[in-house]
Amino acid sequence: MDEVLGREHPEQPPRQVTAPLERSPGALVLEHVTRRYEGNAEPAVDDLSLSVAPGELLALVGASGSGKTTTLRIVAGYEVPDSGRVLLTEPGGATRDLTREPPQRRGFGMVFQHYALFPHMRVDENVAFGLEARGVRKAERLARAREALDGVGLGGKAQRTVQALSGGEQQRVALARALVIEPRVLLLDEPLSNLDPTLRQSTREELRATLRRSGVTALFVTHDQEDAFAVADRVAMLEKGKLLQVGTPEALYDTPATRAVAEFVGRATVVPAERAGDRVWVTIGGVALNASARHAEGGSPEKQVRAVLRPESLALTSDDNTPAWRGEVTVRRFAGGHVVYRVRLAGGIEVEVFGEGAGAREGEQAGVRLAGVPVATVPV
Amino acid sequence: MSTRRRSIGVGVTLTALALLAVLGWTVVYPNVSVIVGSFERGLADWRDFAASPADIDALRGTIIVSIGSVIAALIVGIPLAFLLTRTEFRGRRLLSGVATLPAALPPLVGVLAFLFLYGESGVITRIVQRVFHLAEPPWTLSGLSAVIFVHAYTMYVYVFLFVSAGLERYDTTLDEAATGLGASRALLLRRVTLPLLTPSIAGAMLLVFMSALGSFSAPYVFGGGARVLSTQILVSKLNGAMGLAYVETTVLAVTAVLALFLLRRMEGRRAYAMAGKGRATRTTIRSPLARTLLPLVATLIVILLILPHAMVVLVSFARDGAWTTQLLPPEYTLDNFRRLAQDRDLWQPISNSVTMALIATVADAIVCFAIAYVVVLTKAPGKRLLALLSQLPWAIPATAIALGLAATFDRNAPLQLRVLLVGTFWILPIAYFIRNIPIVTSAVEGSLRQMDPTLEDAARGLGASRWLALRRVILPAARPGLVAGTMLAAVAAVGEFVASVVLYTHSNRPISVEILAQLRSLSFGTAAAYSVLLILLVLLIVVGARWLEGRVADGERVIQAA
Repeated sequence: MDEVLGREHPEQPPRQVTAPLERSPGALVLEHVTRRYEGNAEPAVDDLSLSVAPGELLALVGASGSGKTTTLRIVAGYEVPDSGRVLLTEPGGATRDLTREPPQRRGFGMVFQHYALFPHMRVDENVAFGLEARGVRKAERLARAREALDGVGLGGKAQRTVQALSGGEQQRVALARALVIEPRVLLLDEPLSNLDPTLRQSTREELRATLRRSGVTALFVTHDQEDAFAVADRVAMLEKGKLLQVGTPEALYDTPATRAVAEFVGRATVVPAERAGDRVWVTIGGVALNASARHAEGGSPEKQVRAVLRPESLALTSDDNTPAWRGEVTVRRFAGGHVVYRVRLAGGIEVEVFGEGAGAREGEQAGVRLAGVPVATVPV
Repeated sequence: MSTRRRSIGVGVTLTALALLAVLGWTVVYPNVSVIVGSFERGLADWRDFAASPADIDALRGTIIVSIGSVIAALIVGIPLAFLLTRTEFRGRRLLSGVATLPAALPPLVGVLAFLFLYGESGVITRIVQRVFHLAEPPWTLSGLSAVIFVHAYTMYVYVFLFVSAGLERYDTTLDEAATGLGASRALLLRRVTLPLLTPSIAGAMLLVFMSALGSFSAPYVFGGGARVLSTQILVSKLNGAMGLAYVETTVLAVTAVLALFLLRRMEGRRAYAMAGKGRATRTTIRSPLARTLLPLVATLIVILLILPHAMVVLVSFARDGAWTTQLLPPEYTLDNFRRLAQDRDLWQPISNSVTMALIATVADAIVCFAIAYVVVLTKAPGKRLLALLSQLPWAIPATAIALGLAATFDRNAPLQLRVLLVGTFWILPIAYFIRNIPIVTSAVEGSLRQMDPTLEDAARGLGASRWLALRRVILPAARPGLVAGTMLAAVAAVGEFVASVVLYTHSNRPISVEILAQLRSLSFGTAAAYSVLLILLVLLIVVGARWLEGRVADGERVIQAA
């Protein structure tokens, strides 16, 4: 875990200050959680076990319908699982079973996808509401709300109506409202999905910085892999209610457990391959190339596997004598520091390759070789 | 034609002025006549009013009935709306099916049904008396509390409908956010749910208040010794004290307009657009006690809601004069209906009601469509005034409208723009027409506002004349509102009682007035038979409107498919 928490992230200069929570964060554990909806054959969440360490930021990713939102709602208490348990370990070591505890008694904070700000309350009243529910006197709760708003850089807008705020500001109000109650666990449901792309970039970094400073344990649902990588310490990927893999962003990228993870995380073309010791052989159009193989932990020892061809593991070659897969460049796109080529190989396999500007043009023939970096393999 | 394109246009201006003239003559003039009439003897009539214990009593009664009805309707309507939109239980569908049933009872018919059920010799009253071996009936259905009781039954529907609609739009993640932040049920309700429903609740309160303020049938039949202004006006008129009647009418109308302004402000100030998806989810009740009790309670409510209708139908088959001390009418017959069909004198109210409702509704359809068109789609001069005037009859109780007509059109005086209508057939269709202007206009306006206003420009840009654009683009867009609005107008007109009882003559008496007459002569069976007929007429109108709407929808589908 230390390795995880010690991971470097680009920290924003401390534009705003959020005080660390006074209460130490708890650890969250899900044990064999299953939830079915009436009328659906497949469970929405299927025997899911997962743990979030104190102070850890864990992202739940997956396509829509993968069960990530249901999981979050089970943790929050808005849904009760059909089986399995939701446990919270307090810093002292005591473990409480929250499975049937109603949301208002869990002491969690939640940031909703559309923020769910109360439209009839001012910004500071919104933030103070959780304190009101805890019986904090009006003057004190408004003062603390003000502090929390300062923490997200909105101190000047405490008296505004919610409607007067931009989408990004509303998101920060929702965050302040969830943090001001010093939650044991903070839950975030697609908190970035309503922001436009430019705002999203900077908000991600702000969000991570704010969460880090508060030291809260956070579970963060998103369908966007980039959001997950930018914010979370570890990422858990779900598909059809099942946990496919959980690990650091690097782990998911470098050693995906399944084809679905490989394709969800970053750009990849997944092709049939054969394993031979610690090498992997990929044959396309009769040309067999090999690279050192990298397998996910517990990967099956079968010979037939699939190779995950990422743009950086491939290179273009114009040398006809170098062994390479031949194909036609269909797209050439300048992407800042490098150029992205899309090449259609034999059998209709399309790969993306990073290259220099002087490479081939669209419509031209080109060779694609393995760049000499390890290639991940996944089970067939 | 083409020279007028994209300008305001002489035609539109003339139409707007003509409509202003119509509303000025039928809506403004009569009310001004009443106010002027109240000062005809200087301040003498106002002094009489202030000095008359009966009138002060009536003013007090009106206010008590209005506020009491609002409270009672809220107490019944809000929990029922929450129950039916937020929870799932056995019998929910049946209950939501009949929850709006009271609104389908024409005003006087509801009163009649309550008399048969809960009156001194009513069925329920007698059952309670027998079960508990009481020497006297357990209650008397009279006085202000009886009026409020009847109002609670007929008017909770407004609250139920408005709050249900508010809950359907309600973004339930707000509730989840509140509970997630630790809010108890009470805090959630007090600080989040109810404040967000305030516009819906205020809108419903307004409707109930205005209906109760102008309500006539319930106080007229059940009032007993208690007085309210709407009935007091009729008393003064019948006593020939017209000046006093004018003062009473003015006081009633001013109270109504004041209430309108107050509640509208409350309604508007707290209207929030709900962000996000309004996910209305029904939760299944988990507590075993509630699970067993709720279907029972639901069944009981269903019975209570259906009883008045059932009772009227039952009594319509009872032989007149045979039902005295028995629990239920002892003899049943088809005679009541047979007589209505055969006796010319008894048939006349039916044909009167149908004819007058038809005339009034057709006039409403034409005039209100024109008003809505001018208000929504043109920049005609005076359109704001037009919009205001078209809503005015809604704020003025029907008794006041009727008295205004009586005060204005009581003589032929062309120079004063007066025509003799009092005592003629035409006074009632005109009264119905005026009363229904607001509902038809707002329904059509609602439809036209949903239309993309550039459609008319598009049609005109393609070379269509104003008439062609009107017929092929605007009328189809207005049709859903027009159908719904005229349906409501026809329903209201065919059962209208309050203005009728002030203005009718023997030859144009409508069904409602005849029901009252039969009731007075204790011919319960005949009165109930008329009521059943009235309910059937209302049903016929509703089914007819559904059919029309269905055809409109079919037509649209054909267009979409093509």
